[in-house]
Amino acid sequence: MNWRGAILPVSVIAAAQFAATTYGIQSDALASPVEILASLLQALADGSMIRATLETLGAALGGLLVGGSAGILAGIVLGLSGVLNRLMTVSIELVRPVPSVAIIPLFMLVFGLGFRLEIAVVAFGVVWTVLVLTRAAVAGIEPRLLEVARVLGMSRAQAIWKIVLPSALPRIFVALRLAATVSLIVAVTVEVAVNPLGLGYGMQIAQQALRPEWMFAYLVWLIIVGWSFNYLLVRIEGIVLRRMNFTGPRR
Amino acid sequence: MTPLISFRDAGVAFGSKQVLEGLNLDIAEGEFVCVVGASGCGKTTMLRLIAGLHPPSEGVVSYAGQAIARPRPEIAIVFQDYGKALLPWRTVSGNIELALEAAGTPRAERGAIIANLIALMGLEGDGGKFPSELSGGMQQRVQIARSLAQRPQVLLMDEPFGALDAMTRQGLQDELQRLMMQQRMTVFFVTHDLEEAIYLGDRVIGLRRNPGRIGKVFDVRIGRPRDQVATPEDPEFLRIRRELYDFIRDTEREPAS
Repeated sequence: MNWRGAILPVSVIAAAQFAATTYGIQSDALASPVEILASLLQALADGSMIRATLETLGAALGGLLVGGSAGILAGIVLGLSGVLNRLMTVSIELVRPVPSVAIIPLFMLVFGLGFRLEIAVVAFGVVWTVLVLTRAAVAGIEPRLLEVARVLGMSRAQAIWKIVLPSALPRIFVALRLAATVSLIVAVTVEVAVNPLGLGYGMQIAQQALRPEWMFAYLVWLIIVGWSFNYLLVRIEGIVLRRMNFTGPRR
Repeated sequence: MTPLISFRDAGVAFGSKQVLEGLNLDIAEGEFVCVVGASGCGKTTMLRLIAGLHPPSEGVVSYAGQAIARPRPEIAIVFQDYGKALLPWRTVSGNIELALEAAGTPRAERGAIIANLIALMGLEGDGGKFPSELSGGMQQRVQIARSLAQRPQVLLMDEPFGALDAMTRQGLQDELQRLMMQQRMTVFFVTHDLEEAIYLGDRVIGLRRNPGRIGKVFDVRIGRPRDQVATPEDPEFLRIRRELYDFIRDTEREPAS
């Protein structure tokens, strides 16, 4: 990471701390960086932050797993079958724009509160992106490779497993990375809105208790968690694609 | 002798456009047939009929007396665009193995077969490389090796050397000739290079276009092995070459599609 990128955030934090110590903060909405850091360290030390993080990440990953695999599967099927795709396109385009938050009331009736609700909403939030991008990736496969599969007499399953999936993999990874970001956003949204779990709920409680330093501590921690989550995925993607010799222009 | 491949009044139409019409041709086992013609005359479509990648709109194309409805394991293809036909995420060995996986060859037997093909195609030492690390000529060798892994009776080649430089092309032509003499395979070879067609073929089929149809058939009665220097000076080679050029020039005066 370029150190110059740190100039702006570090100066903003320093200025905020300078302002807080010079003028003092009498506010229910703001807190000084030092107070925020102290709350964060305390929450990390007493385990509450770690537990909340595991809950949020668990729900996000669970939803990503469910929605991502459903999206990849459906994307492959629709990308390969023109008929099915024409049959489904209108329905998908109608459901896709529904904000994932708007599905919470319905899913609450079905799943109640808890992990299953959160996983379901996250899955709903990511499945369409993954489906649409996978479908495009599969439909864009080099037609010559599909002919090679036919000429070699491969079964349909063999062709999908050995040719379609690897060909589409770089673009499926892009979809999964987008989906990972969305999964965290949606998980926290569900927690802030209704679910008594995880980081979003912690923030909600801090806000209701008029403890801005807690609230900011959660916010700062969310930035760290979100960044690490994405970094991890980029690394996994890089390793897998390099092992498969996908480099340069194909990405 | 019954022909291995035969066209009977075969034709292809894409919508209302007649691409190939009234094809009648018998290809004997072990024969090397080259097809030439102006661009857009349906050479590749003719090859795809034999491959089972495209059904004839009328008539029949058959292999050993059976109508060809879909790709058959006895018939292999080498495409011109080796860069697209090879799997970039598999090594040379992995690409060859693909054909064996498709054929259901037991894993234990694959290594020896692959090693043989790598030696046959002069790819020793390249088995672990990816296609992108090889020159065009070497990539095309990999594709030929993969189609041979199918143990085909018939090899269809669609301008296989068209994208290669002259030196590489001549080298591969000679290796192909050697291979065919060794393995007694039937070859259907599409090219736009008239000298290549005469040099390699037992017969050269000249197509007319719009609609594509067989215009003239040239028998090449020149012994094998042929030689890159001596054969093109053979009076028979020169005679066919002159006739073939006249024929192609004549077809190009006909309106294109």
